[in-house]
Amino acid sequence: MWTWFHKWGSPKWFYDMSKPWSFWLGLLSIITLSVGVVWGLAFAPSDYQMGNSYRIIFVHVPAAFSAQSIYMGMAVLGIIGFVWKMKMSFMMAKVLAPIGCSLAILAFITGAIWGAPTWGTPWVWDARIISVLVMVLLYFGVIAIHYVIDNQTNADKAAAVLTILGTINIPIIKYSVEWWNTLHQPSSIKLTEKPAMPPEMFIPLFIMIFGFYFFIGYLSLVRGRAELLERERRAGWVKDEIKAQAEKY
Amino acid sequence: MHPKRKQKLIFILAGLALVGSAVGLVLYANTENMSWFRTPTEIATGDYVIGQSVRVGGLVKVGSVARADQGLETSFTLTDGANEVKVTYDKIMPDLFREGQGIVAEGKVVEGVLVASEVLAKHDENYMPAEAAEALERAGHPMGMGINQEYKEQY
Repeated sequence: MWTWFHKWGSPKWFYDMSKPWSFWLGLLSIITLSVGVVWGLAFAPSDYQMGNSYRIIFVHVPAAFSAQSIYMGMAVLGIIGFVWKMKMSFMMAKVLAPIGCSLAILAFITGAIWGAPTWGTPWVWDARIISVLVMVLLYFGVIAIHYVIDNQTNADKAAAVLTILGTINIPIIKYSVEWWNTLHQPSSIKLTEKPAMPPEMFIPLFIMIFGFYFFIGYLSLVRGRAELLERERRAGWVKDEIKAQAEKY
Repeated sequence: MHPKRKQKLIFILAGLALVGSAVGLVLYANTENMSWFRTPTEIATGDYVIGQSVRVGGLVKVGSVARADQGLETSFTLTDGANEVKVTYDKIMPDLFREGQGIVAEGKVVEGVLVASEVLAKHDENYMPAEAAEALERAGHPMGMGINQEYKEQY
């Protein structure tokens, strides 16, 4: 198990293995996302209070959920990078940042579309929305660091420090709806209890959540391959690879 | 684990715990300001600034909604189980407004009555198919009481 993880730390191994992995993850994400979207939008029953407008949950919850997971993942990758000095770990953290940022913004957009008819307002400054906004700003910070600092090693380290410190915000996002009075409702899906909805609603929701994770896996491997070639452009195997690709065409 | 790596890991985790507890203390000290609305109990005990806008959240008491014959003027009572606050509002209510629903009303308290300038509906975390809610209502279960007439006609 550990040696398997360790192998991904080798650039050549990552480049060779990411190709089949990204293909299967991409295929899985197409299947799960299409099943989830059709099931959620067409077959799941309408809600007793909100009617059909609740169906935006099938995008809103997976987006918000995975944006937070990616953030935690980036922090873990940052810690691995610092403690075990694995450059690939820093590289994946950099690659994940724009994906997580887009998903967090998607959660905001779908939340506003949902809030407008349901709450009567698209936006309020309650603790849940502010804490998610802080996460988006942290994502912007990480992305900006990579743009501003030219030296790759320095940029990786600075971004990792910001990411790791920002994890304090993640439990605040999660518990904001319980610690304080917010307009946003508490979570419907809990780790320890049954979901607060019937199976015909939460099964498509879980399928969508898995679909988002598969898609993130696919996207991060594809982005990772491009970033890897850029970073290792002076390495012998990259030069060989480029030569081999050039000869093909 | 290599002692140097262990030291680094402990350093990172200790730093995180330190900054985390600092943030935690700041949030704990500001618990009251972090909350987006107040409860009817806080209003009843006078825990608000007179003449300033305040948000009150609670459930609309069943049987308390009274609409004016003409115009949009509506009055209702917000309750948190222990105390109640009477609210008046003269604009269009959000779709989810109904008896038993969680509502946040913002406005000024005038002689014990909240004159609201904005009323927002708070949704809870429970989702239920419309048919299931109707079945519950037929069985006399309180969950079904939230469904209003218009909704049933619509679906």
